[in-house]
Amino acid sequence: MTTILRADLEPVGEAVPRQISKAESGADRLFVHAMRMTGATMLVIVGGIGIFLAVQGIPTFRHYGLHFFTETQWEPETDKVGVAAVLVGTLSIASVALLIAFPLSVLLALYISEYSPLRFRGILISGVDLMAAVPSIIYGLWGALFIQPKALYVSHWLNEHLGFIPFFRVDTDARAAAWQQTSYTKSAFVAGIAVAMMVIPMATSVMREVFSQAPAGEREAAYALGATRWGMIRSVVLPFGRGGIIGGTMLGLGRALGETIAVVLIISPAFIIKARVLELGTNSVSALIALRFGEATGVQLQALLAAGFILFVITLMINTAAAIVVSRSRSGAGTDL
Amino acid sequence: MTASVDTDDDATRQLARVTSMRTEPATRRPVSAARRLSQTTDEDRIVVWGSWIGALALAWMIDCRLLPWTGAISFILTWFVAGLLLLALATWLTAGTTTVVERTVSAVVHGGAFLVAVALMSTIGYIVARGWSALHLPNLLTQDMSGVTPRDPVSKGGVLHAIVGSLIEVGIAISVVIPLGIGTAVFMTEVGGRFAKVVRTVVEAMTALPSIVAGLFIYTTLLLGLGLPKSGLAAAAAIGVMMLPIVARASDVVLRVVPSGLREASLALGASRWRTVWNVVLPTARPSLVTATILGVARGVGETSPVLLTSGATTFLVTNPTSGPMNSLPLFIYSTVRSGEPILIARAFAAATVLLALVLLLFTTARLLARPRKGSR
Repeated sequence: MTTILRADLEPVGEAVPRQISKAESGADRLFVHAMRMTGATMLVIVGGIGIFLAVQGIPTFRHYGLHFFTETQWEPETDKVGVAAVLVGTLSIASVALLIAFPLSVLLALYISEYSPLRFRGILISGVDLMAAVPSIIYGLWGALFIQPKALYVSHWLNEHLGFIPFFRVDTDARAAAWQQTSYTKSAFVAGIAVAMMVIPMATSVMREVFSQAPAGEREAAYALGATRWGMIRSVVLPFGRGGIIGGTMLGLGRALGETIAVVLIISPAFIIKARVLELGTNSVSALIALRFGEATGVQLQALLAAGFILFVITLMINTAAAIVVSRSRSGAGTDL
Repeated sequence: MTASVDTDDDATRQLARVTSMRTEPATRRPVSAARRLSQTTDEDRIVVWGSWIGALALAWMIDCRLLPWTGAISFILTWFVAGLLLLALATWLTAGTTTVVERTVSAVVHGGAFLVAVALMSTIGYIVARGWSALHLPNLLTQDMSGVTPRDPVSKGGVLHAIVGSLIEVGIAISVVIPLGIGTAVFMTEVGGRFAKVVRTVVEAMTALPSIVAGLFIYTTLLLGLGLPKSGLAAAAAIGVMMLPIVARASDVVLRVVPSGLREASLALGASRWRTVWNVVLPTARPSLVTATILGVARGVGETSPVLLTSGATTFLVTNPTSGPMNSLPLFIYSTVRSGEPILIARAFAAATVLLALVLLLFTTARLLARPRKGSR
């Protein structure tokens, strides 16, 4: 179809070209302004928190300097305040949680997207979402009162047989006839199990989403070449979903670092740097805030805010890295009609 | 082996769910017979089931007779490991390495999924079971804890004040969060521009804010800075601050996947921008938008750390969010379970069940609303 524009012809009679105005109508201008105001309000509230935290932290960093990062004790009375022990504790709880959650999330996501019968798939996806919606205090109760008495036997077994590895060592006699049960409770290991329950649904839903987007053509091609189901998964789904696996895990890590109440219910606070995750006593930044905010005034409160700010910055970096990884993978294709 | 003639259609369908069940070498098959795809033979079934049953017996022998390991965990673990080994061995005897790997991986994947399911079920089951003594009594939902001493039986007192407190706090929080969050999402996707990019970056960054830090922020600014008392309003502010970025970001993601073709069609038909947003974009995204919001609400109801710092606790029913301390379900659970008193702990578990039921209710509502409307057009 071709349209020929005849500029030399005069318009016939009343057929005047339509006036198309680029200006927005009044309602539209109002709409855009209202939305911009909403966005600006949001920016002020949300951005304000970030700036407030950073500003409140400045006096602390100025007062304690680098010692804030190397000091393990938190004794405001003697002016010895530092986040070294709580940061290490936070990381050890998060790593235990990830070590448990990562393999289980990958397996669960693979099961849902590749192995489960189609009829149940919707229910399983809802189940994972429900698992994410269960409040953290519930997992805390479960970890502290249900898992802890069972986990201490696992801890004891690990210490007895793998105690030569520093992570599994506990400073008590593992082979004693009446072994010290309390040395194996309230540890980073038990807290990590409870936190893993919160990480699994987050990581699984990201991974499953990405796995299910693996192109059908490539799946069928793999099958047509004689691949088994695992062969297809290994050559199509996993390479395609690599971004989702890494990104989902990192998002889960972000959640694991900030978890408070489950950790507070389980651990017994200890201000020492240690790698022995099975042993009684550990700490985390969020647990420190939850346990110490009440007695804090002035400088100590600012120190707590500074600790919270550090936690926030770490989580932010991890989340940003996760977002970049997920969006760079092939799975980030846009939707269009 | 019977020769089966598949129609084209059948063959395609079977190809799609082909598995590794080709256990016989191709040469042994009669030349004239059509190849059977995706059929599980009796031999396969016997190998798989036989391995697991054999492993069960083996696990019993190892755990109960040979080694001094006791307990359900070690038994199930031994069973699983023995099952994997037996399965691999039996498959190796009847089929090739590819099939061995295929079946082992399949068993591991099923085992992992099963373990997570068991963990979730045990969580819910344990909470309900421990709370049952207080849970089946109607006074749990109709009374508060005023005048109830820690040693009083569970037939006296309840968690009404905590339920009402939770609902009021979250109600206030969402009445601010939903318009602001969804409005911001509309701004980021439908208006756009450089400023919208800044807003999106900041909102995405703030989803990383740990909930305890949100609570500490409100504690420092409103309670210590402005001298307000601990109250339901402060708790609502803390919950709101925590939920804002989450809801805004989830809504943004939802609005972004609305196909741009729909928007363009609406604009091409002469609709104005806000008409397009109101009549096309938001209705298209409605189910997912509702889901995103309700999941945010479920998160807000269950989060303990913001209310721990800001609301203060009472034992009696408070309905005015500005008048002073107000209890809520997560805070009630936290404070009673830390008391160590057995009766109080039973109450905590009953309250945890109520909280779980509340979250489940919100969740089911979200799922029902998220289903596409039938016959709307």
